[in-house]
Amino acid sequence: MDKTVPSLVAAVSGIGDGATVMIGGFGGSGAPIELIHALIDRFVATGHPKDLTIVNNNAGNGHVGLAALIEQRMARKLICSFPRSADPRVFTDLYLSGEIELELVPQGTLAERIRAGGAGIPAFYTPTAYGTDLAAGKPIEVFDGRPYVQERWLRADFAIVKAHRGDRHGNLTYNKAARNFNPLMCTAAATTIAQVSEIVAPGEIDPEAVVTPGIFVQALVAVADPQQEEVLNRAGARHP
Amino acid sequence: MTTKLSNAQIAWRAAQDIDDGAYVNLGIGFPEMVAQYQPPGRQAVFHTENGILNFGEPPIAGEEDWDLINAGKKAVTLNPGAAFFHHADSFAMVRGGHLDVAILGAYQVAENGDLANWSIGAGGVPAVGGAMDLVHGAKRVAVITEHVTKTGAPKLVKRCTLPLTGVACVTRVYTSLAVIDIENGRFVLREKLPSLSLEELQALTGAEFLVPDTVADLVVPEF
Repeated sequence: MDKTVPSLVAAVSGIGDGATVMIGGFGGSGAPIELIHALIDRFVATGHPKDLTIVNNNAGNGHVGLAALIEQRMARKLICSFPRSADPRVFTDLYLSGEIELELVPQGTLAERIRAGGAGIPAFYTPTAYGTDLAAGKPIEVFDGRPYVQERWLRADFAIVKAHRGDRHGNLTYNKAARNFNPLMCTAAATTIAQVSEIVAPGEIDPEAVVTPGIFVQALVAVADPQQEEVLNRAGARHP
Repeated sequence: MTTKLSNAQIAWRAAQDIDDGAYVNLGIGFPEMVAQYQPPGRQAVFHTENGILNFGEPPIAGEEDWDLINAGKKAVTLNPGAAFFHHADSFAMVRGGHLDVAILGAYQVAENGDLANWSIGAGGVPAVGGAMDLVHGAKRVAVITEHVTKTGAPKLVKRCTLPLTGVACVTRVYTSLAVIDIENGRFVLREKLPSLSLEELQALTGAEFLVPDTVADLVVPEF
């Protein structure tokens, strides 16, 4: 078994118009910058993919990574918890002019909706958001005297994630707090594409250390020295 | 004579109520200051939504690791005994009642414990982050805040007029003038600045507070 793909271009080639794409990371930590940029490059060259629904905790920062994807108007809709950042202008301008749709989800509910999607649980109840605007229209149920809000699972056509090491079977480890949403998104997409700093032979990752088992990963691409969104932004970078 | 506490002094007061070994989440911004004022001999374990328990001080400039950040996207370091976990586990800690304390900022707190701290209403881009999750599950949800807004309007109110973060979730409020508990749908005054009369404090508070037999002086260090 070898899930390795030869290039970033090949890794994102199957993502089509209208797809729902989960993008890992929390701010820049764990964001698969190179995979996002490969997707943007394809759009700039071919006009596809477009009309994407993007799932991420945030809405990008500056003019690289997710912000650059939004800036190209590749996304029709964003599902996120916190569309603010040090420099959120790209999303803010499109949102205020009505050119991108926002589904705002509390952060823990976003994580649980993705987890539920990966686990085959179509809905669940949470105390989060009860009595607030973000629970409007959702079913409420009382359990043991306390009200809870029904939330639906989130699933995606694709997840693009950043991990640290991966073996050819797709078993993944992460670097520090860069795991955040990445392991959840791997479980909730029909096709998960992971960029990793190093691809190793099966057996070289201690099974005790595997965070994402390879069953959740369909494609693996090596990016030896991945860029950090924060570093790019401090340098004033833009993509493309 | 002290007319009101600085943010640092409010944070100091809140820090005195955190036990050694407590698991604590501090909201982004002002609440993060609470970590600086833990009493000697006490060490809380700080939780951040993006998947770290027991993070420490910021690194020195130039030594940031951008895979090691807090919920405010600021670089942090690790204390011995730190742990990483993914977002679903992180919010299991939150929603599952495993945190001892969450300390958050507020636009408004109502006498029944309702909190408004995520949105000032229509216009702009709405953003909620983890606030709606944090108010459910921590064993104690405390707020640190100025007692009144910049224009002098009460922030402790009968009913919140701004969009709610959570219903009946706040149990204690540390303000620039007082420490007030929320019990059975009412504000209960626990401490107030000695320079302020009960009448003066009540006039700055948007709902009537109960005055128990003993109200302590709110005394904090100068810094």
